[in-house]
Amino acid sequence: MTIGLEHYLAVAAILFTIGVFGIFVNRKNIIVILMSVELILLAVNINLVAFSVYLGNVVGQIFAMFVLTVAAAEAAVGLAILVTFFRNRGDIAVDDASMMKG
Amino acid sequence: MTISANLALAYPEIILAVGALALLVLGAFMPKQTSLVATGGVAVLLAAAVASATQPFGVAFGGGLIADAAATFAKVAIYVASAVAIPLGQPWFERRGVKTFEFPVLILLSALGMGMMASSGDLISLYVGVELSSLALYVLAAMHRDNAKASEAGLKYFVLGALSSGLLLYGASLVYGFAGSTLYADIAKAAGAEANTGLLFGLIFVICGLAFKVSAAPFHMWTPDVYEGAPTPVVAFFAAAPKLAAMMLFARVLADGFTDAVAQWQQVLVALALISVAVGAFGGLVQKNLKRLWAYSSIANIGYAVLGLASGTSEGVQAMLVFMILYMVDVTGFFACLAALSRQGKAMETIDDMAGLVKERRGLALAMTVFSLSALGLPPFSGFWAKYVVFKAAIDAGLWGPAVIGLVGSVVAAFYYLRLIKVMWFDGSAGATDKPPMEAKAIGLTAAVFAFPVVLVAITWLNPLAARAAQALGLA
Repeated sequence: MTIGLEHYLAVAAILFTIGVFGIFVNRKNIIVILMSVELILLAVNINLVAFSVYLGNVVGQIFAMFVLTVAAAEAAVGLAILVTFFRNRGDIAVDDASMMKG
Repeated sequence: MTISANLALAYPEIILAVGALALLVLGAFMPKQTSLVATGGVAVLLAAAVASATQPFGVAFGGGLIADAAATFAKVAIYVASAVAIPLGQPWFERRGVKTFEFPVLILLSALGMGMMASSGDLISLYVGVELSSLALYVLAAMHRDNAKASEAGLKYFVLGALSSGLLLYGASLVYGFAGSTLYADIAKAAGAEANTGLLFGLIFVICGLAFKVSAAPFHMWTPDVYEGAPTPVVAFFAAAPKLAAMMLFARVLADGFTDAVAQWQQVLVALALISVAVGAFGGLVQKNLKRLWAYSSIANIGYAVLGLASGTSEGVQAMLVFMILYMVDVTGFFACLAALSRQGKAMETIDDMAGLVKERRGLALAMTVFSLSALGLPPFSGFWAKYVVFKAAIDAGLWGPAVIGLVGSVVAAFYYLRLIKVMWFDGSAGATDKPPMEAKAIGLTAAVFAFPVVLVAITWLNPLAARAAQALGLA
């Protein structure tokens, strides 16, 4: 069996779904949410690189580089906000982020 | 195209990027000079606004950056709205002991990202623009870092914003794969009048991601929490410029990238618009906190803007742009008034706090009344003209049903605006308020004067400008 475009797309779709569920179903820890976000972005990168090779068009790989760079910046900002949250609450459980409701 | 010809089309962005970095270095070396950095920030934003108003039109960087009438229209409004946010926010933070110089720099970076969103011609520049503006906005929401609510707001905004970027990006990767290009112009050729399933799937993801950014229901869940928790001047900024930038981007992706496939995205947008109007109208009825209330109001108002876009015509885009400008003035003014009000050092944020406000602060109460009546859509206030153009565009495009439902939604929403007015004018006073800070009061009152009567003059030149901007996009 040769591994074709559809296999890559399937892997990416599965990773993407795991990432989205990781954000919504997870009730424990905010770090897990940050990891799920990374998973979503990696799924996108697999998509982009697979399409890029399939189409013989380098733009997808350039796009993937941009996504990697921005993902790093995003993780840095997310962790910084998480630190301020931890300083105010002393905990980073998801259930704690519930001062505001309605 | 030579490199200098390319750069000439990107002058506003270059001014902002260089200005933001220079101010950051200035602030790092002279951390006490916060007012100098703030003044510099306003100057850089105004310079960028002038540069985008006077720049030549064209397409630069292989189609990645488009400078046309639409980009100019959105960018001037975005830069001016951002420039207003600095004098509103910096003194507010300093009064609360947050004497940092980062606030203006973050506003500049976010304005840079929003300008890129407004003139993107390519999925890559779309993504970079969206992220540049969003990352700065997450930090702004959590800027008041000793405040537990603000850091929770920042965290929620970050998590849901990152999710929405993920959706947007997954859609963009599918669109790239099935269209074979990231340029909107090439995507439009590949999509044709009937986009194939893969392309359509990607488009739906992109629409979901953008709906998150403009806080259209059912992707609105972050809005009330972020508005309630974030510092009030930051909310004044959040509710205005980023919404216009995201709506402009929405229009660009749909009108330039899926020009002929109107029938395929129209239903999705109509559904988004109607759900937003309903959620905004009914969700606001039970709110006691004014910032939450106006979050629901903004969800409903974004519904009207999306309805304009859903018309799928040039007239619809024009209506959306006019609506957004008039709405931006209203919402900035309202939150400026809210930022100006406090009682014994404590911010007044609930409806009960506003009881009898007219006896304490006549000017601010009058201004908030004007904004409420305007958001309600009562003639002759600016909100009426905004809704009028949107409904007219929707009806001209044959969307009778959605227009009627939108109108019903605005009648429901009238309840909470009128309740606020009643509490301010007819209830007993809840005690003396502090002297309002000059700059917030000035911004609030100026916006109120614009909402009525200046709007009657302004609409006559706003309409042709928006028409010219709408014609620059691909829709007929």
